[in-house]
Order: sequence, then C-alpha cells, then structure tokens
Amino acid sequence: MSLATAATHTPVLATDKKINTTCAYCGVGCGITAHVNEKTRTVDVKGDMHHPANFGKLCSKGSALGETLDLSSRLLAPEVNGKQTDWETALDTVAERFSSIIKEHGPNAVAIYGSGQLLTEDYYVANKLMKGFIGTANIDTNSRLCMASAVVGHKRAFGADTVPNNYDDLHHANLLVIVGSNTAWCHPIIFGRIRAAKEADPQLKIVVIDPRKTNTCDIADLHLPLAIGSDVKLFNGLLHHLHTQDALDHDYINTHTNGIDDALVAAQNDANSIADVAKYCALSEQDVTTFYDWFTRTPKAMTLFSMGVKQSTSGVDKVNSIINCHLATGRVGKQGAGPFSLTGQPNAMGGREVGGLANQLAAHMDFNEGDLDRVARFWQTDNLAQKPGLPAVSLFDEIDKGNVKALWVMATNPVVSLPNADKVKAAIEKCDFVVVSDCVNKGDTLDLAHVKLPAQGWSEKDGMVTNSERRVSRQRRLLPPAGEAKPDWWIMTQVAHKLGFEKSFNYGCSADIFKEHAALSAFENTPTQKRRDFNIGALAHLTDAQYDAFMPTQWPIPHIADTLEENIAYANTHSTHFFTQGGFFTPNQKANFIALTTKKPQNAPSANYPLILNTGRLRDQWHTMTRTALSSRLNQHKSEPFVEVHPNDAKKYNLQAHELATLTTQWGSMVCRVDITTTQQESNIFVPMHWTNQYANKGRMGALVNPAVDALSGQPECKHTPVNITPFAQAVRGFILSREPLDLTCEYIVKISQDTYYRYEVASSSTPKHLKNWLAHKSGANLNPPTQELNDPQAGIYRAANITNNTVNYIVCLANEFTAPKLPDRPYLSSVIAHTQSTELDQKVLQPLLTGIAPIGVEDTGKTVCACFNVGEKTILNTIKKHSLSDYKQVGKHCQAGTNCGSCVPEIKILLAQ
Amino acid sequence: MSQTTKPKLVVIGNGMAAMKTVEELLESDPHRYDITVFGAEPYGNYNRILLSNVLTGETNIDDIMLHDKAWYKRHNITLHCGDHKKVVHIDRKNKHVTSQDNTQATFDTLLIATGSNPFIAPIKGNDLDGVIAFRDITDVETMINYSQNKQHAVVLGGGLLGLEAANGLTQKGMQVTVIHKSGSILNRQLDTHAAQLLQTELEKRGVVFLVSTQVEEIQGENGHVTQLALDNQHTIPCDLFIMAIGVKPNIGLAKEAGLASNRGIIVNDTLQTYDPSIYAVGECIEHRGDTFGLVAPLFDQAKVCANHLAHHGVGAYRTLPQATKLKITGIFVFSAGQFNGTPNSESLTFEDTNTGAYKKCVVENNTLIGVVLYGDTQDGLWYQQLIENKISINAIRPLLAFGKAYCQPLLDEINNSTQPHQQNDLATEIPA
Repeated sequence: MSLATAATHTPVLATDKKINTTCAYCGVGCGITAHVNEKTRTVDVKGDMHHPANFGKLCSKGSALGETLDLSSRLLAPEVNGKQTDWETALDTVAERFSSIIKEHGPNAVAIYGSGQLLTEDYYVANKLMKGFIGTANIDTNSRLCMASAVVGHKRAFGADTVPNNYDDLHHANLLVIVGSNTAWCHPIIFGRIRAAKEADPQLKIVVIDPRKTNTCDIADLHLPLAIGSDVKLFNGLLHHLHTQDALDHDYINTHTNGIDDALVAAQNDANSIADVAKYCALSEQDVTTFYDWFTRTPKAMTLFSMGVKQSTSGVDKVNSIINCHLATGRVGKQGAGPFSLTGQPNAMGGREVGGLANQLAAHMDFNEGDLDRVARFWQTDNLAQKPGLPAVSLFDEIDKGNVKALWVMATNPVVSLPNADKVKAAIEKCDFVVVSDCVNKGDTLDLAHVKLPAQGWSEKDGMVTNSERRVSRQRRLLPPAGEAKPDWWIMTQVAHKLGFEKSFNYGCSADIFKEHAALSAFENTPTQKRRDFNIGALAHLTDAQYDAFMPTQWPIPHIADTLEENIAYANTHSTHFFTQGGFFTPNQKANFIALTTKKPQNAPSANYPLILNTGRLRDQWHTMTRTALSSRLNQHKSEPFVEVHPNDAKKYNLQAHELATLTTQWGSMVCRVDITTTQQESNIFVPMHWTNQYANKGRMGALVNPAVDALSGQPECKHTPVNITPFAQAVRGFILSREPLDLTCEYIVKISQDTYYRYEVASSSTPKHLKNWLAHKSGANLNPPTQELNDPQAGIYRAANITNNTVNYIVCLANEFTAPKLPDRPYLSSVIAHTQSTELDQKVLQPLLTGIAPIGVEDTGKTVCACFNVGEKTILNTIKKHSLSDYKQVGKHCQAGTNCGSCVPEIKILLAQ
Repeated sequence: MSQTTKPKLVVIGNGMAAMKTVEELLESDPHRYDITVFGAEPYGNYNRILLSNVLTGETNIDDIMLHDKAWYKRHNITLHCGDHKKVVHIDRKNKHVTSQDNTQATFDTLLIATGSNPFIAPIKGNDLDGVIAFRDITDVETMINYSQNKQHAVVLGGGLLGLEAANGLTQKGMQVTVIHKSGSILNRQLDTHAAQLLQTELEKRGVVFLVSTQVEEIQGENGHVTQLALDNQHTIPCDLFIMAIGVKPNIGLAKEAGLASNRGIIVNDTLQTYDPSIYAVGECIEHRGDTFGLVAPLFDQAKVCANHLAHHGVGAYRTLPQATKLKITGIFVFSAGQFNGTPNSESLTFEDTNTGAYKKCVVENNTLIGVVLYGDTQDGLWYQQLIENKISINAIRPLLAFGKAYCQPLLDEINNSTQPHQQNDLATEIPA
C-alpha cells in the first residue's frame, strides 16, 4: 500500500458495515461492534459479545461513542500561526523549526508529549523518531500521570513491567481488595464483572480501601476510609500481620523471592501494631483487623489498585507494599490471586510495551549498555539517546526555564491535566515552537500551538491497543477521515522524512509499523541474550489480512511455531498468567521484596491551606471532555465542576450546598459548585479532573494540584494538595439554555453541550443594579430580544425566553439568591428547549414556560440518572412508586435504568431507599 | 298594613346606584316604604356600562334594560321619568321634592343618586352641533346616526369611555382620532407600558392617537363643528366631537338644598348625608375624600345604604381597591389597586410579545397592592382578592405573574400548614 492510499478513502460509501473495534476510553479495553453508515457518518455502537474484556457490555461512555463523532468540533485542516494551510507547508514548518532548534541547541532542546490514547503504532514511531534518530529521550506521555508508579513498582518487584493476572481471575477470587479505585465509575465494566461475581458467590468478600465512600463501596463488605497517602502503612501492617500470624508462604518465598528479611524488619518497624496502623491511617482497629484477617485466611485474594495508589509521592512504594503482601503469600499470577493494576487509558499498556516514556528505552528494554546496543542495531542508528529524558512534570519545568525550546503535544491536554497547570500553561506560552496534533479544533493546549495538525479520531484510526490485562486488540477504522485528518504515525513519518530519516521510516500502513514493533519485542529475546516478558514475535510476520483480522489476544505471543494459528493457540493457553511458577525478570529470576517505610505526602496542610484536596474521575466524562462533552446524555450526570465537602467542613468554612466555592492552593485556584456529602471524610475535599477552559472558565483542577512527584516514577501527587476553601458570593447566578453557542465573559461560566442546545451556568460576585442590565452588558451574552420576559428587579428574579414559530431559541433564568422558587428546575426547561419540531410544543407549554414548571400532562423526567438509556430521576421515582418496587433489577425491568453498564445502580438504590 | 301608614322613601335618580339600592332594600325589607323614584331619562333603569356595546352593535338597548317600567309597577314603586320629571328642588324643611313639571312628592327618607354629569371642557366652540358627551342612550343614538353619513370623528380623552367610543365609531366605519392630554392613554387605569401596548393594538384597528395634545378651539360652519385647532398649530377635520374627559358629581340640587358638599355630597360610612333623613349613593357622593366612576363601589354602597334604610343598622362602607375593565372586544385590560406604585413599593413584570400578554404586579411589604393585566386578564379577580385580602405573596413571588393556577396551590399548602416554617422550606428547596 502506498502512503497516498493509506491516507485517503474509497469513494464508495457503505450504509451498514459491521466492524469490530475497541473502545476509546479507559484501560478495560472493551470490544465494540460498530454498525457504520458512511453516508450519514453515523455509527451505532454495541458491545462486542465475543470480546473477553466485556462480553457485550459497554459503559455509559462507550455506549455514547457514536454521539461524539460530529464534525463540527473537529480540526479539519493544518494550521500554521492561526492560518489554515496544506500539509506540505505545515510539515515543512515543523521539520524546519525542529531541525534548526536541534542544530543550535542540541537534541535535548526538543520534546514530544504524547498520550495513552495514541495507538501502539503511533507510539512506536514517536519513540523511534525521538530516541532512535533525533537522539533524545525527551518523549513522555500523560501515562506519567496514570501508571508510571505501577511501571516502576512492577520493575522493582518483578524485574519487568508485568501485569501477572487477568480479568477472568475476578471470577475465581474469594477476596477482592480494591485500593484507590472508584471502579464503579472509572472502570464500570470491570465493576460490573465484580458485581456479577459477588452476586454469583455471596461468600466473595470485597474490601474497598479509599478515603472516599465512592459508589464502588455499594458492593463492599468492608470500606476502609483511610487517610490519604497512608497506604504503605496499611500494607506494611498487613505484611507484619501475615508474619506474626505465620501466614507466610515460605516455600514460595524461598524459591522465588529476594529480600524478605529486610522487608519484614522494615514492616515491623513501620507498622508494629494494628493500633499504630489504625491510628496512622485514621481507621478503626476493628476494621483493620477484619481486613487483615480476611487477607490472611483467603488464598484466592486479588488486590486491584489504581490512581489512589499511583498518583502519590510514594506511589511506587505503595505499589510495592501491595506486591510485598502478595509475594509473601505466594499469591502472584495464580488463578484468582495476584496484584492487579487498573490502567486509566485505552492504550497506556501499549505505550509501556513500546517504551514510550522518557525513562524507558523500547520494548521493555532500558537505558543499559546491552539494551542500548541491541536497540541501536535493530533500528540501525548511531544516534540513539543514551540516557533517560525528562518525565512530564520536569519536562514542563525545563520548557519554563527555556532549556526545551520545541514541544510537540499529541492527543493530550497538559494545560488542564498536569499539576500546577497554570505554570504549565505559562511555560507553553513561552516555548519557542509548539506543535499540537489533535482531533478537535479547540482546546486549552491546542489554542497555544504555533502549528495545529489535524489527527484522525477514534473512528478513523487503524491500529492496535493493549488493555490492562495485556490483551492486544485491533482498533479499526470505521469512517473515512474527517477533512484532511491523518494518522498520527503518518504525520510523524512525514516529519522524519523531512529530517532526513526516510529509510528508517518507510512505512506504507500501520501494519508495517506493528510488525516492526513485534520484531523488536522478539529481537534477541532469549535467556542467553536478554530475556524479556514482552514478546510478540509471532506477529512480526503478519500479512496485512492477518493484521486486519487479528483477534484480541493476551501477550506474550512468542514465535514458537510456523503458523500464526499455532502461535495464537499457544498464547491463549500459556499467556493468561505470569510468574505462577516464578520466573521473574530479575538477574536471578527471583522477585524482590522491597523494604518500605511510610512517607508522608510531600506538602502538609498548613494554617493557610488547612484541607487536603483529592482529585479524580467521574462516571460519564473522560479526561478533558473533548469527546464526552459532545454527548448530550453524558453531560447530564454531573454537569458542572463541583467540590465534595464533608458537612462538618461545610459548616466550618461557611459553605452551603449548591453554592459556589473558591478553592485556592499555593499553585492556583478554581471555582466550583459545593456538594456536601458524608461520603467525603472530614478535612478532605474532592474535585473532578475533567473540566477545561472550553467548558468551565474557572474549573481547571490542574491549576490547584501541587507539582510534587514520586522520586522514582515521576508520577505527580494528584491526590494530595493542601487547599483552602471559601464561599464564592454569588450576586448573580443562573443559567442560559441556548440553541446557539454564546461567547460569555462573566466571572463563572460552565458550558454544557446538549444535542440541540447548550446550557450555560453563570455567576458573578459583583452586585448589578438590575439582572436584566447585567445580562445585556456584563454577561457577554449577545442575545436577540426576548419574546417572553419576567422581570422582578427588587426580588432579584429575571427570566427571559425567545420563541419563534413555537421553537424555543433561548431561555435565561437569573436570580440573586439561590432558592428554588427564584431559579426554576433546569431539567424541565431543558426538555422544552430540546424539542426541535415546532409542532411538539403548544401554548399550554410555551405560555407558562418561565414558571419552569411542567403543566399538568407534560412529562418532567428530572435529571438523568441512567446515561445509557437516558432515564431521569423523576421517571425512576415514579416507576418505583407506581409498581411499588424494592429492587434495582425490578426498576430496570420497568424502565431500563441500570440495565446496561450498571454504573448508576448505586444511585438507583438511593432512590429506592427514599 | 295600610299604605298610608308607611314611611315614604323618595329616590332622586333612576340610575344603577339608585336602583341597586332599591333592589337591595326590597330584598331585605320589601314592605317598609312607599317608594317613589324620579328619573330624568325616559327609560327604566338600564346598564350604562353596556352602552359601548350598544354603540358597536354587539348589544341592543332592550338587552341592557335592568328594570323596565313593569318592574316598578310590580313592586308598587311610583316612577316619574323623562326630561320634565327631573327634580329641581328639595325642600328639606317640609320634606318634599319638586320636579321640573312641578310634580311633588313628600318623603320621610330621601335617597339622592343624581349621578354625575359629563365634564364639558371649556373650549371655545363647545356649544356647536356635533359636540357631544358619551353618557347615555341619547348620545349613543347620536353617534350611530353620525356614523351613517359622516367621516371624521374625534374623541377627546383617552380614558375608558373615550377609547370605547373610539373603538365603536371605528367599527361603525368612521375615521377616528383620539386626542389625549397626557402622554399615555388610559393613564388612570394603566401603566405606561400597558398603555403603549393598548395604543398599538387600537392603532392596528384604525384609531389614530394624538397624545400630549390639546384642543384649542372647536371650529364650525353653520353652527356645526367642522374642524379642530390643536395646540400643535395643526387643524384636523371633525364631523363629530365627543368629549370623554370624565364626569363631575351632580351636586347642584343637593347644594341648593344646603347639604354639605365638597366635590360630591358628603356622606358617612352608612351613606348618610349631614341631614339624617337624607342618604346618597353613587357618582354624586364623596366618601372619605373619594368620588366614584366605576360600577363596583356603587353596588357596595347600595348594599350598605339599603341595610341602613331597612333599619338593620349594620354594615359600613369602605372603598376597596377598584378594578378596571375595558370593554373592547378582543382587548383584555384589567387593573386594580395602586398599580403605579408607592414610594416603597416594588414591581414585577411579565411580558410575552408572541401572545401580547403583559402583567405588572406591584408589591409592598410582601403583599400585592396593585396589578395591571394586558392581554390575559383571566385572573384579574384573583389578583384583586390578593390585594383586598392582603395575602403574603412571599412564597409565590416568582410565580405571581403566572396567576392562580400556579400560585393558589402553594398558597393553599401554606394555609393548610399549621407550621410557620413551611414557607421557609419552600424558599430553600434546592435545584437539580
């Protein structure tokens, strides 16, 4: 295939093509069966019944993928300095600027910052270009924020970044310990499998270890709301307890591990008694004892861990404190037993396999003499980077200092997601030359780029991804590319060519790249040369047809037989677990215990910043919302950035529910809605990570987060930043529903995209004379004159609507106090403006529109609870009442709510309890 | 009981206030008095309010008759009606009244309900033919006659009556101009915004408005009006000039009889004048400084007065907030209370330009004190009750403009609740 055909599409458009592919979102890596209509550019997304990750299920986000493919928000052509141009010009600009900066300042003056959402092939080209040919290891990705601590923890313990277990083990375990993971929201399909396992075997014990009482606790037998950052103490205590209870697996330890003695001494010194542990972790002794007892007497125990463990200055230690307990009991890589890292992104694992982090070299090889020589020979380069590059947080520090002068960002949004994000923004603004490849046309980082390159999106890209259980799956092209959009690998190869590396980047299609990647994984991968866990050598000789038809398979997939079928069959029987019989990737093939001492988080609360800020994901949003915010139903679950506060803290800091608050840290500030909840522990507050400047002008949590990182992994401490919270006095508050996007300029703005309209939440702290004047002159809303207007200046009520031909064009509701009668119900008014057919609305609805109350006989569904089927709270409550229901499954039978991904089941249960 | 032993009640005036009083009296004590009624118009009692509808032809005169002559007979009431039966003298000392044709009647108790006279502006030429008021059936008949062969009608005064006349004459095919001294029509019944909406609507129907304008001179030929000279130096053609600039209480007779009068005949809360044997009701009176032009207070006065005439001796008259209705088909206007506000009042408005509805509620101390409704007047009486009963509108304020259907359930809920904090609950309910 030539380059030209790889990047263009055939003119014949199919109306119903069935294509299996992989979900774009989290690390669960669910299989999708897509029914594609190329003519209408619509995709109907269903779970792939045969994919071993999800067996036909999809979560709310995955189900809504078809709603995120609209072209209106896409970047469709390259731009240089804000002007649209052709690819040739744009790529020349990139190559010339990179080239001249490298010439003048050396290769370490340039960097790539990529993403766990790139495909393996994209990753491979980026890694090879930077480390192999430009000669710098300054390539890092947002995976640094996600699983860098797991990588280092795995390597310290196992000698390689290996996930020893798989999803099927969830169904064989008798104890599941979930640490620092709101699995219910962040990995809903895994949570669904756990719920199913629990329902199949009520004896299965589930322990959730999380400072917050998240929805994951819905199925927990025990919840340990530990103090943020105290995990090492808890697991050191467990190790010591296992020791004192004589529960160690001495055979396993003796045969397969190093360093048990030091680890036990350290554990004893650090966590001598359950009382000490309980006190340090702010837990009850009884709960700690229960957890320890369950772990001690349950051989089939798995520990699932995620961001709560990894995003910490002691992230690597936390990972090892968990692995220590599994090694000590011989519970690694066995059916139903082992530690399991849940990755955040769809291809974070693929990136790890490629080696796309600054401190990895390539294909699970590192910056040591043997590996450097091996990789240089494989790539046939004499310019290989010889030492690790800058990990994310340091990279942006060096950009800020002017030492890195050219930056290429791909498929990620560091201005939002990195800690100390205001500084990151300032650094990028200062940077001499910034290239951003992205599929959207507006973004907090993209807006700062000198060169914008239109990348293909999920529905257009073609390649491989790997999920949390080492399963390699195809992500297949569903639709022709949008506008001029190109695959990321193609863009980079073109720049490589212009930099003079044509011969080494001569790929015709993604399969060519994948085969080379597979070949490198197997290159000199023998016990006598360099034995590595990651080996997919059997895929080095795939035909294009075999690549296209590749079925989801767990690695390793070594080349041990002549045919692909035989090799895959071997992998399917041998690759489910690692280390069942030892065989670690350390020099003596034994796993390492790590002697650990609990460390406090880097920045302690102080008088000025007395609370601790925790951050995390929501159920229905993904990262910086560039795609999920395009889906109407995904925006309804939590539509505004918010902060969760314990009632006692709310009292202490004069906060009221649903009011706004200003959060301030030493690094930045944020304004968001107050949610008072006992799921939050005292002195801790929580904010979601998703909102960007595109959707909330004061909602970027990255600005708050301290830039402290784990010394070993470079992963930032996103879960612990000292913070202050004060009420944001709203002199004006309200919302605007508008069919047209508005260019608002007021103090607080949140934009919520819906199918046929936008919802804006607005607020201002300065008191206007009249709300009407404020709307006209201060809000930035440039609205047509209203056809309906309710104006009560002294009471502080202003509502207006523009209705033409029975179509509602906008509705504004403003108030000066936050009381229900003054601000009407958003869901009902939203349901009215959502009507696009004028015949659907009659005067019965339109005349009293500004009451915000549904006339009798007009349905009011309430706020969305089930995003998959778009079922509202009032509908569910009515269903429960009408049929006298008591069980969430019955609710599902009557109104479908909770029957797909199940992540709203905890909320349905709360409604049942009412 | 023999008739001669009955005390005699004489009623001067055969209008709505007078006859409502008589009606109420007959109901509560039918045989107490020998009743004699004098009326200056040659009809029985008719519903003056509906004269506009007679003008437009929507109603005919028979339909507006309240009490025909047979009714008087049936109730043994002596009726003296017609021009020559106009009472010209009250002899308080000898307790009898005399009409123009010298008909005399003695009384034990006298009820004066002489109503009001249209105010005739002191403009040069106001005595020309074709210059009329809009007060009685004769005026309506005049207007109908003119509309059949004349073109230009001019109405002086953009008040209720003037606008009804203008609308009626437009419908009759005349080209009608309304001249109004103030900048805003119906300024005693509407706020300026509603007035503008009304003016626009009437303009659509063909009425021309000259606001902030006065007539300097009524000019004519052969004793008949032909044109008007205006204070803006323009002249406009005029075949029929209708003065609708208000009424003044008809107190000449009472004054001549020495009854205490100011703008009207002064009465106390029982509608009694300074002469204990003489009562007065309707547009001729002055009660606690107020004079009257609308029908509702007249009826209230009638009830109280009848009660005292019947010697029941309970009930005191108080002027309640008055509601306004404009009787023009397809135009709905309602106002009540202090709709222009007080120094301490607040006002809220609702407008729907698609339906043409406009509502203004004036609030003071959390109670409604005035309302203007334009376009949608369905809940007018409900608002009036809110004003009269001084009901706290705190909990319903954002819904107040949307009327009874939205507010009353909330008010009932508060009413039914014995817990005083219920209202707070409503106010702190949280949104989704």
